[in-house]
Amino acid sequence: MKRLPDKLDQLISLLESMEREDRIQMLIDVAERFQPVPARIAQRPFPAERRVPGCESEAYVWSEPRPEGTLVYHFAVENPQGISAMALAEILRDSLSGAPLPEVAAVPADIIYRIFGRELSMGKSLGLMGIVNMVRAAAQQQMKSAAAR
Amino acid sequence: MSKNIDERGYTNPEVLVSTAWVAEHLNDPGIRVAESNEDPLLYSSNHIPGAVEIDWTRDLNDPIRRDYLGRAAFENLMRRVGAARDTTIVLYGDKNNWWAAYAYWLLQLFGHTNAKIMDGGRIKWVQEGRPMAKTVPRYPSTNYQAPERDDNHFRAFRQQTLEHCESKRPLIDVRSPEEYRGERLHMPDYPNEGALRGGHIPGAASIPWGRAVNAEDGTFKEASELRKIYTEENHLRPDDDIIAYCRIGERSSHTWFVLRYLLGFSKVRNYDGSWTEWGNLVGVPIENPSAVSRNEAAA
Repeated sequence: MKRLPDKLDQLISLLESMEREDRIQMLIDVAERFQPVPARIAQRPFPAERRVPGCESEAYVWSEPRPEGTLVYHFAVENPQGISAMALAEILRDSLSGAPLPEVAAVPADIIYRIFGRELSMGKSLGLMGIVNMVRAAAQQQMKSAAAR
Repeated sequence: MSKNIDERGYTNPEVLVSTAWVAEHLNDPGIRVAESNEDPLLYSSNHIPGAVEIDWTRDLNDPIRRDYLGRAAFENLMRRVGAARDTTIVLYGDKNNWWAAYAYWLLQLFGHTNAKIMDGGRIKWVQEGRPMAKTVPRYPSTNYQAPERDDNHFRAFRQQTLEHCESKRPLIDVRSPEEYRGERLHMPDYPNEGALRGGHIPGAASIPWGRAVNAEDGTFKEASELRKIYTEENHLRPDDDIIAYCRIGERSSHTWFVLRYLLGFSKVRNYDGSWTEWGNLVGVPIENPSAVSRNEAAA
């Protein structure tokens, strides 16, 4: 199994070690720290190509290159009830921004089950996996662009 | 602003209650308010004071098979949330009450007819600045006795849906028009949305669930507006034998609720297998307008 970026790996290990109630409370705390995409990156109305397909929390994903070649990830979650999407976005922003692109590109979408548990509905699972996939796609695209230069 | 519920012309207005009504009945021992969401964190973040959580996945589904809980598990759930057979269960939740409607539908399979939905759902309550609580309430357990689940009246299975399709009886696809047309919603190289084939069941009318609600506050539209959509535009009659479906049955339970209770249609069933079953079945007929147009373009 390919290694997850260190920070994400540590956080997921911690979540997996917690009882369900504690894990949920921690994820709610994480969601409360969520900061939407800064205005210098994007302003409403957000472009459709940034919208996560199938995500009913209306999540959007952007990436911003850093000088050393990695990416910073930014998110918006337009549905105020989309707390899980906000928690996931904050986890990905915090743990993947600046991480090596090959590691980000290889993050499996099913980490959502390790983060939230197996009890996600199909619709919610697809939406959250869509957020991970958009981040992976951004890293893959950045790697391709770098290789082409 | 929406009219009062009893002024909207519904056939069964008693199945719907307003946020104000719920606020007035928070301490009524004969009423159990229950939140049912898609988002697993939402109830724990806060909820209507005194409301219990009925989680769709953990509480209402069989943990192994794709099916709902049986009688014993339903009794345990009702006992755990302190509901007796005569308790009025008021459901509300996120996503315009999709999951609340789904839970309402399931309650009917067990004959718990004494149930209501809070019009506008969780977001309306929040937007009105009504109180929220984090404390998870505990109620004395009851001795709830349920009958066996009855899937005959409100639930449709795949074979029944196939026969319904073949006999050209009315089907309603309540998904988005893009899903109905079989267009790919996902980006290239992304996994498909739980089904191997896109499109819709032949003969199904596309009536997205969201047409039944007011965009500004999530409340249900009044009966005259609903009739315009379902009976005038789509020629459905109150005595038609109708099956509604979506992707997994949650959005179609919302439409089922509208047709069965708000408009009083006599025979409406929810095909909960929905597109995640039909779109994976071998050999069943599918209409896919986007594939047809792609083939025509290639010819």
